[in-house]
Order: sequence, then C-alpha cells, then structure tokens
Amino acid sequence: MTTLAPPQIRAPKKQSNRRQQTLWTIGLCAFFLAAVIFSTWVIGDAGLNPVLTQRNQSPSLAHPFGTDWLGRDMLTRSLHGMSLSLRVGLLAATASAAIAALLGLAAGTLGGWVDAVICWIIDVCFSLPHLVLLILIAFAVGGGTRGVIIAVALTHWPSLARVVRAEVLQVNSSDYVQLSHRLGRSPAWVARHHMVPHVVPQLLVGLILLFPHAILHEAALSFIGIGISPHLPAIGIILAESMRHLSTGYWWLGVMPGLLLLLSVKAFDWLGENLRALLDPRTSQG
Amino acid sequence: MLTGEGLWFRYAPQLPWVIQAQTLAVEPGEVVGLMAPSGFGKTTLAKLLAGYLAPTKGRVSVDSQPLPRRRYCPVQLVFQNPELAVNPRWRIDQILREGHPPQMHQLDALGIHSGWLTRYPHELSGGELQRIAIARTLNSQTRYLIADEMTAMLDANTQALIWQAVLDYTRAHQIGVLVVSHDWPLVRRLCDRILDLAADQDHCTLVSGVAE
Repeated sequence: MTTLAPPQIRAPKKQSNRRQQTLWTIGLCAFFLAAVIFSTWVIGDAGLNPVLTQRNQSPSLAHPFGTDWLGRDMLTRSLHGMSLSLRVGLLAATASAAIAALLGLAAGTLGGWVDAVICWIIDVCFSLPHLVLLILIAFAVGGGTRGVIIAVALTHWPSLARVVRAEVLQVNSSDYVQLSHRLGRSPAWVARHHMVPHVVPQLLVGLILLFPHAILHEAALSFIGIGISPHLPAIGIILAESMRHLSTGYWWLGVMPGLLLLLSVKAFDWLGENLRALLDPRTSQG
Repeated sequence: MLTGEGLWFRYAPQLPWVIQAQTLAVEPGEVVGLMAPSGFGKTTLAKLLAGYLAPTKGRVSVDSQPLPRRRYCPVQLVFQNPELAVNPRWRIDQILREGHPPQMHQLDALGIHSGWLTRYPHELSGGELQRIAIARTLNSQTRYLIADEMTAMLDANTQALIWQAVLDYTRAHQIGVLVVSHDWPLVRRLCDRILDLAADQDHCTLVSGVAE
C-alpha cells in the first residue's frame, strides 16, 4: 500500500502556462530577428571601414566579435551580413511559398491532368540534387544577389506545394465539407470557412520553416563564390574569408559569425514550431 | 414523401455494383429501419438518399421534386463517426450554426451543455460530439433524417436518451426517419417498419407490422 504524500497547502506559485510560454518564445524570436534585420540602420557603416591600427584583435568589450585582418569590426560586419542574408532569405522564401501555394491549390482543387502535371514537376524537382539545382539556376541567371534570390525561390517550393495539395485534397474529401454542401453552403463559402483555416496555418508555418533553408543555401552559394558579390558583407562571404585565417589562430573570424548564423536559423525554427503549436487547436490551449 | 426509385450505384464503370435496383420510400413522420449485414451497401444507400452521391441509375426525390443541388437539403444524414463530420478547427457553436441554428431547448433535450459551445471538437467525447452532429440537423428545414449507425458507438443509456430526444422532435414535426443499423433490438424498438437488404439481394423485403 502506497502512502500518499500529505497534502501541502500553499499558495499556487505564479507560473506562466504553456500558452504564455509559447507566446513569449514567438515574441522573443520575432524580436531577435527584427533586431538583426534593422540593426544595420542603427549601427551604420562606421565599423565596415578598415582601421589598420586595430588589426586582428580578439573579442573584447570594444569589439565583442573581434576585428579582422584589416581592422574592421566583426560585429558590425556580421550584423550587416546577417541582415542582408535575412532580407534575401525573406524575399526568396516568400516567393517560394507563393509558388507553393499557387501550385498546391491548383493541384488540389482542379485535379485531373493539372494535378498530374504539377505532381510530375514536383517529383522532377525532388529527384534533382538540391544544391546542384541551386548552383545551376544561380549560374544560369548570372549569379549575384538576384541569382541567389531566384535560385532559392525556384528550388524550395516543392515540399510545401505537396503539403498544401495534400491538405486541400484531405479537407475537400472530408465528411464535414460534403455536409457543408448539403447544409446549403456555396463552394465559395466552403473555401473561405473550411479550406482557409486549414491551408493558411500550413502555409505560414511552411514559410517560416523555409527561411532557415533559404538562408543556409544563400550562405552556401555565397561561400562557394557564385552568390552575393564579394564586396558585400554577406554571412557566406564572411565565413568564406575566415577560412583562410582559421589556421593562423584567428578563430573569432569564423566562430562568431557562424554562431550568429546558427542562432538566427534556430530562431526561425523555434518561431515556426511555436507558431504551429499556437495555430493548431489541439495544442493551442495546452 | 422521400422516395428512391430503382437505385443502382457503382463507383466507376469498371467496378461492381454496390447498390442494385433498390426502391424504398419514407413517409413524413414515419420511422423506417434499414437492416443488412456489413458490406451490403447500407451507408452507400444512405448517402444516395441524402444526396452525397448521385445514383448511377434511378432517382431520389422528395415530394416528387429532385434533391436540391445548392440549397439546404431537406434530407439530412447523420454520420457514424462524428469526429469526421465536424471541422477540427471550428468551435462547437460555429459548428452548430453552420446550417440553420437549432433552438436552445433542443440542445437541452439532447443533453448538450452550454459550456461545450466554446470548446473545440477534440475536447468533447465521441458521444458528446454525436449529439452536436444531431442537433445541427434538427431544424425546421429538415424534412427527413437518415441516421447511419448514429448511436452505434454510444452506451445503452446515452443511446436511449438521444433516440428519445430525436423521436420526440421528429414526431412533433412530422419528420421521416430512416434508421440504418444492424442492431436488431434497437431497430425493432424504434421503427414502424423494417427493410432488410439481406433478405433478397434484388428486392427490398417489407417487414410490416413488427410483432412487439
């Protein structure tokens, strides 16, 4: 026979529930990402100029990320790079999500040969190695920032399009949509009230979870030299430059921007996961 | 009168017939039982009569009029699984208001608490959700109710409570009910007459005047 612990009478601790924690996480991640994007307006371009007297300094209070071989402040450069990368990623991921929404909705609602053609395109895109396709498209449209945006936008939609298509098909064939028609609701009403609440959260979360991919691939393209042009402080370029200096002991040139990249990508990931939890009725009130 | 005349149905031309030459009629205010073992097309027949599926041959009509394609259908079907018949992202009061909103005393008769109205479907049990699905169809526009194994997953007590409320309503408003079930004692208790699809595959056999 187990004995129960004596009931402890004490005032319930003021503890935030999981919904509040989720909201806090979303707010914090969004604030961090917005801060990175808009930081360039605040700190200005001053740190980007070479100061030859302050070359190769390790991280200190004056320069939290250290300085590089020309005496440029690495914090300023990393923030500029991250801000540029985030904006490029934002644009590319949004374009990608728009393509995914359009094709997914078309495949799911029109069906027939339209569905067959779109599914075939999705399969073709999936069968090609991702990075090879990225390099090919970026190279074909002439590289540079424009090339990166187009390449990332054109390669990241297939998985999301497939999710949207599946969602549309599932909702369309469900008992409650058929019942809605029998209750006298028009197709437009059904689309607005049954379809949209299912597709929009998928799309929103899909879009946010696309960012990390877009940013990492943008960094990868810049790293191998066919992405953003070398004079711009993109995060991929900073990392590529730091490679030459890592062996000489200037670890902060690679580690600090790398950490910033990692943190930004994780922030998007947390944002997406928590938004998904918030938008799904099954988890939104837990 | 709800009638299905010479109903034939198959899902595709190369597939076998699911429904063959079925003819049946439900009068207003009448409770008709439809019995058959699993796989005899009870649910398919129910979906044909409620307009969810179009018969390959034959016609379904209410008072000699075909079922409306776009307006509120006077024949309403209550599904076996209420979890699939409600949008999981909607709150209960929104689900109830999708058709013609039911009246408050109707909700009380079915044992629906007002506290449920602000919840999501996954926060109610199957039995509670089925009451919501039934309440959604009990309004002045519904002339015929098709209950496809409506209470099959409920305990005997709830089953009795729900059928009591439904039959009170349908008798008061002269609504015809088709009880699709393979629960013989239930069908015998509820229905004025019983159709048995299994008795003869080609014709419905009318078992009129059920001995109590």
